[in-house]
Amino acid sequence: MKLRKLISVASLAAVTALGSLSASAADKIRIATEGAYAPFNMTNEQGELVGFDVEIAKALCEQMQAECEIVAQDWDGIIPGLLGRKYDAIVASMSITEERLRVVDFTQPYYSNVLAFVGPEGKTLDTSKEGLKGLTVGAQRATVAGQYLEDNLADSVNVKLYDTQDNAYLDLAAGRLDALLSDKFPAYDWLRSEDGKGFEFKGEDIDIDDKIAIAVRKGDGLKDKLSAAIAAIVENGTYAEINARYFPFSIY
Amino acid sequence: MNWSWDVIIDYFPRLLDGVWVTLELVFLSGLFGLLLAVPLALMRASPNRWLRILPFGYIFFFRGTPLLVQIFLIYYGSSQFDAVRESALWPILKEPYWCAIIAFTLNTAAYSAELIRGAIQAIPKGELEAADAFGMSKALKIRRIVLPRAFGIVLPAYGNELILMLKSSSLASTITLLDITGAARTIIARTYTPLEIFFAAGMLYLVISAIMIGGFRLLERRLNRHQHYRGPDEVAKVDPRLAE
Repeated sequence: MKLRKLISVASLAAVTALGSLSASAADKIRIATEGAYAPFNMTNEQGELVGFDVEIAKALCEQMQAECEIVAQDWDGIIPGLLGRKYDAIVASMSITEERLRVVDFTQPYYSNVLAFVGPEGKTLDTSKEGLKGLTVGAQRATVAGQYLEDNLADSVNVKLYDTQDNAYLDLAAGRLDALLSDKFPAYDWLRSEDGKGFEFKGEDIDIDDKIAIAVRKGDGLKDKLSAAIAAIVENGTYAEINARYFPFSIY
Repeated sequence: MNWSWDVIIDYFPRLLDGVWVTLELVFLSGLFGLLLAVPLALMRASPNRWLRILPFGYIFFFRGTPLLVQIFLIYYGSSQFDAVRESALWPILKEPYWCAIIAFTLNTAAYSAELIRGAIQAIPKGELEAADAFGMSKALKIRRIVLPRAFGIVLPAYGNELILMLKSSSLASTITLLDITGAARTIIARTYTPLEIFFAAGMLYLVISAIMIGGFRLLERRLNRHQHYRGPDEVAKVDPRLAE
């Protein structure tokens, strides 16, 4: 009985070892993205993952001459999935935060997020603290934009926090909000859409030092390879080429 | 586990602000709901077929769809129409506060109307016949017999409905209102301590419902005092001859 158990454990260990061996031999990098954050990562009508993040990921793989597979993963489980070795890197517009740095490593940033106010076209909006006094400004709850409003403007501005970015857009369009604070680049995408007609960016962007990078498991050598590849595609113009397909300004 | 009482203490004042919003929502929509429910219940209990059918569609819709859907339809739905945005109602519909009250009122009125209808129909027919025998007019009979008796009968069920309302009011947080739940979620977005803050929020709901339960218990005792069995000793205190 004992012996049989021992054998089965041993053979299981052998199979596992063999399995991991063959996985590393293939040298295929699996990359996860969310697929719900236009225009950075989303699924098109054919069900393929597309967007800025996805193109950057593909360009990086090409640069590293590695074979890659890109998979979609819900935001909530995206870090647990990385730690559970379902994939090796997350290219999903993830901000570097202290909390995340405790569990994962980040490569060098591949773009910088800034916040911007959006308001109705033609209406002048002074986005200084005094200018916004008494106005109603919305943002999505649990985002850097929502936190910025609460930290800096809550005492003089009527802050409204929404469960989703889409609901905040709806209320801006309905006229319930005087302005909206959001990550600039997704808002840029919305402004170009049919729903965003009649709205524009207001005032100066707010730089909150929010750097977006690729997450890998702690201590994984992939981090340095990816960082080098990011530097290389910025250097050789591939990055600028991809950037230009999405935004007429540099987001690096 | 990292349980932190500090975070509860630090943010408790913000949760308390939420308590007021929650209480206002429940009280106002409970009041408006009741005012709306009584005529609807009388219609539903009416012998006239057309009067009976009229409120049916409304009650059917509001009992048959989720409250969350109703709130979204009233808040995000109404604002999609230019006609609504340009109408005189917009100053009211613009405010999430009033949209929540409208949704809760319509919802609770639909449920309460059915509860009250049941209570009206449960009034012993002898009491109604007695009213007829006195020659009471229809209006007087409703005022003196039907409604007071129906309220006594409906009270336990209505207390239940109000407590359900208290808990449903947490849905107001989905349209940016900072009720207890809204305040809790906003705090959690910053502190990442869902366990502590939701625990505190849950306790606040518990306290409010305990007070509501107690209040209804008192009200029931008062309104239905004629129905309580007191035993011969109690009765003898009032008049010894009754206990003989």
